[in-house]
Amino acid sequence: MNILKTLAIGIAALGLSAPAAMADWQPRKPIDFVIMAGPGGGADQIARFIQSVVEKKDMTSRPLIPNNKGGGSGAESLIWLNDANDANHTLLVTLNSFFATPIRQPELGIDIQTFTPVAMMGVDPFALWVHKDSGIETFEQWVETVKAADGEYVVGGTGTGQEDSIVFAYLSKAYDLKLKYIPFDGGGAVAAALAGQQIMATVNNPAEARGFYQSGDVRPLLVFSDERMESYPDAPTLKEQGHDFSYYNQRAIVGAPGMSDEAATYYQDLFAEVYNSEEWQGYMEKESLSPLWMDADEQRGYWKIQVDNHNDLLTGMK
Amino acid sequence: MRVGEIVTAGVLALLSIYLMYKASANGIGYTRGSGPQGGFWPFWLSAGMLISTGFIALNWVRQVSPQSRSQEPVLDSFGLKTLLLVGGGIIGFVALIDIVSMYGAVAIFMLYYIKLLGQHSWRLTVPMVLLFPLGLFFFFEGLMQISMPTGMSFTDPVYNVLYDIIY
Amino acid sequence: MEILSLLGDGMLVAIQPLNLMLILIGVTLGLFIGAMPGLGSVNGVAILLPVTFLVPPGSAIIFLAAIYYGAMYGGAISSITLGIPGASTAVATTFDGRPLAMMGKARLALVAAAIGSFVGGTVANVLFTGFAPLLATVALSFGPPEIFALMLLAFATFVGLGGDDIAKTVFSICFGLVLATVGFDQVSGAPRLLLFDLSGFLGGISFLVLAIGVYGIGEMLWTLESTRGKITTTDAKMSVKGIVEDMGETARKGWKGTATGSFLGFFVGVLPAAGATPASLMSYAITKMLSKNKHEFGKGHVGGVAAPEAGNNSASTGSMLPMLTLGIPGSPTTAILLGGMVIWGLTPGPRLFVDEPDFVWGLIGSFYVSNIFALLVNICAIPLFIWMLRMPFTVLAPLIFVLSVVGGYAAMQDMFDIWLILAFGFGAFFLRKFDYPLAPAVLAIVLGPIAEPTLRQSLLLSSGDPSIFFTRPISMPIMVIAILLILMPAFKYLRPRRTSAAE
Repeated sequence: MNILKTLAIGIAALGLSAPAAMADWQPRKPIDFVIMAGPGGGADQIARFIQSVVEKKDMTSRPLIPNNKGGGSGAESLIWLNDANDANHTLLVTLNSFFATPIRQPELGIDIQTFTPVAMMGVDPFALWVHKDSGIETFEQWVETVKAADGEYVVGGTGTGQEDSIVFAYLSKAYDLKLKYIPFDGGGAVAAALAGQQIMATVNNPAEARGFYQSGDVRPLLVFSDERMESYPDAPTLKEQGHDFSYYNQRAIVGAPGMSDEAATYYQDLFAEVYNSEEWQGYMEKESLSPLWMDADEQRGYWKIQVDNHNDLLTGMK
Repeated sequence: MRVGEIVTAGVLALLSIYLMYKASANGIGYTRGSGPQGGFWPFWLSAGMLISTGFIALNWVRQVSPQSRSQEPVLDSFGLKTLLLVGGGIIGFVALIDIVSMYGAVAIFMLYYIKLLGQHSWRLTVPMVLLFPLGLFFFFEGLMQISMPTGMSFTDPVYNVLYDIIY
Repeated sequence: MEILSLLGDGMLVAIQPLNLMLILIGVTLGLFIGAMPGLGSVNGVAILLPVTFLVPPGSAIIFLAAIYYGAMYGGAISSITLGIPGASTAVATTFDGRPLAMMGKARLALVAAAIGSFVGGTVANVLFTGFAPLLATVALSFGPPEIFALMLLAFATFVGLGGDDIAKTVFSICFGLVLATVGFDQVSGAPRLLLFDLSGFLGGISFLVLAIGVYGIGEMLWTLESTRGKITTTDAKMSVKGIVEDMGETARKGWKGTATGSFLGFFVGVLPAAGATPASLMSYAITKMLSKNKHEFGKGHVGGVAAPEAGNNSASTGSMLPMLTLGIPGSPTTAILLGGMVIWGLTPGPRLFVDEPDFVWGLIGSFYVSNIFALLVNICAIPLFIWMLRMPFTVLAPLIFVLSVVGGYAAMQDMFDIWLILAFGFGAFFLRKFDYPLAPAVLAIVLGPIAEPTLRQSLLLSSGDPSIFFTRPISMPIMVIAILLILMPAFKYLRPRRTSAAE
């Protein structure tokens, strides 16, 4: 790495200096930066973006090394952190599977309250998408179309029990809809399946659908955020439709259970620095992430609320 | 070999049955309206494995395959010795990783294989044992940024020095 | 021809002295990363991604393309010299590459792989330049039923790949497919087949674990045992004249395979989710099917090396297409490149070719240049790999074992998988003794995770009605060809049995 970096720096004739202020605790070896999803998804992109910001600004004395462990809706990564042999050098980039998977699979024996809060980097809203050729312009039309299809309306999303299916489950309960849900193995595949009209609707995050939105192939009908989104001013929120429901995917960094307080402080400071960087603020804006910074105690409180929410939502799905 | 062939087929048949049993936990049915359940695909493929072992057994009875006619032993004394020395060496190598770290285990395994099994001179052995693990360290940890197990805590001083060199 | 001028600009940028140096370094680095069992272009691209912040974006893209190409060439090297396919795309290369090396013709095999890769890459680049936007539309029309039909077609070509013992081949295929289901069920999200209730199986069984176990440990043990320790590996002479002669032989005997692989590989690679592994496999199988000397395949036919290498290089280039235009990564490497594009502020999607032509054609332009350099560096490095093979086997063998374990750990980052590699290795040793073909199992574990979900997605779409595969215009012909291919050997299998009974 160093060889390459030195080389690259040399070639670009860039001199980077200004080492970060020395904290009391410093990592001694490369930091295992575990990602709760496979390569290419939203969590993966964020992890690699953060890694490159840390690398660019030379914020750590040891590198963050991305490690994709997306198996079983994130169960693989939760077990990996639970059994981490060096808690001080193991971090996890999470999404909502962090709450949902331990509820759905109690046999894994994961208690997320034992994990160490590090940083909440933002939350990712959801939107309801249809293909432009469907002719559907509004959410009301969509509800009518689905009812008329009588169980033959095909929607797609990520794995059953993951975020997308939770959102669809809520919708179908609230409006008494019969949907046929097809699970795919990533947000990109879902977006392309909608663009190719293999399926009729999705609830992709804005970033996942952006390519096809820009080309005009897909259209947002509804957003699941608290307020209307700047990017899609015409799409109403579900709250406006009279249902008290909003749903965001959390983009947070969590430390392994048993991380020492000094190490936790070090990482909290590190990610606060990343959060406040120009790069991250720019990324959030471009990818339509909602800023939502929380300190460690607030995060623990947020976890409790989210676990309760997901308990209700998942019970409602059955 | 003749005995070995049918024993192998028998073991594989047992494995297939075990896999069928495990797959059945996920539901092997075909739900009307939504297609196969989670265990459907692995269950019927395991069943395919079982049927194949049945055919292998049938071929054994009819003595179709060369193995089912051969009277040679599966492993003669040389084969057994190779398997024990080489195979055992690899198992020892992997077992050592958690104790003396990946690179330490590599060095010990190279020493064992090149000096004891290969009976090469010290002039060849020593550079291989020292330089190869070191080269691997700089390739993986330095260039590729992949960290390997560092074993028990007594190796830490060595690694602290090495990490300071590369980062 | 706006495209051509954009492409020309891309190439001109690539051949600036500074960027040429980056290409040279990238290709060489990629070659060695690809040749290391367990590591592939994904590792090279992943470590370089953060670095690309430090150099101008143009140079960053060129550097990444060079690594990508270098690693693609490198995959064949471990298949031929060590007998371990370093990536799933190089499995088919072992079929004839390894026998050639054992016959003392490693140089010929390496030359054939290099030439095949070069032609495959070049053809793919040309097709990409000419037809990219059109093919993106075709790729979108491939839904789950079409992908499943394609996978079935790939499986159909397996039947011709195994040994003579059909029962053992079928066993091997089924076993690989079952192993692929271990871990989590994507459709229902429930854990599945956690063998002996070990939580280590939650992550599933990776292709690399099985491949390194079978080839790096099992096959090596078998070689040591069956040759009674008196192994004389390749003793190919090294000379410039020899390499030129080998090029001639590749051209004579391997042109059909190269041509088949180059075109077929590209079209399979362009389809989302299919990727370079089925492409190389199908290239091999079809070349064998069309050849007059079928019996020479698997024993060291030059075409059997050139075809899969042309196929996987062509497909790897083709797989850039769904990544760029649809935002679907066909492989872990393209997934990381996708992440990189986001970091550079680009949005993959249908608009990319229109909004960011400089990026797209700069990337393609550097592919052309990288491909040429990868060929040159590869040819120059052949003596080094041949020299490695000349080491005494008692030195080479421990090196291979060590590389298997270290490479396996590098890829999986989990000791559990290392023990699994050993378990597969010892199992494979015994199965090898009884002539069970294991390549079908290794390939099945790659294709299974594509085949099963697409089958179930299709049946969900059709409410459980299997006729969906035969009523859609694209999946129907593919299904029919696949089924015919599966049935054909069954007929052949019945005939010789009758004659042997008559003896």
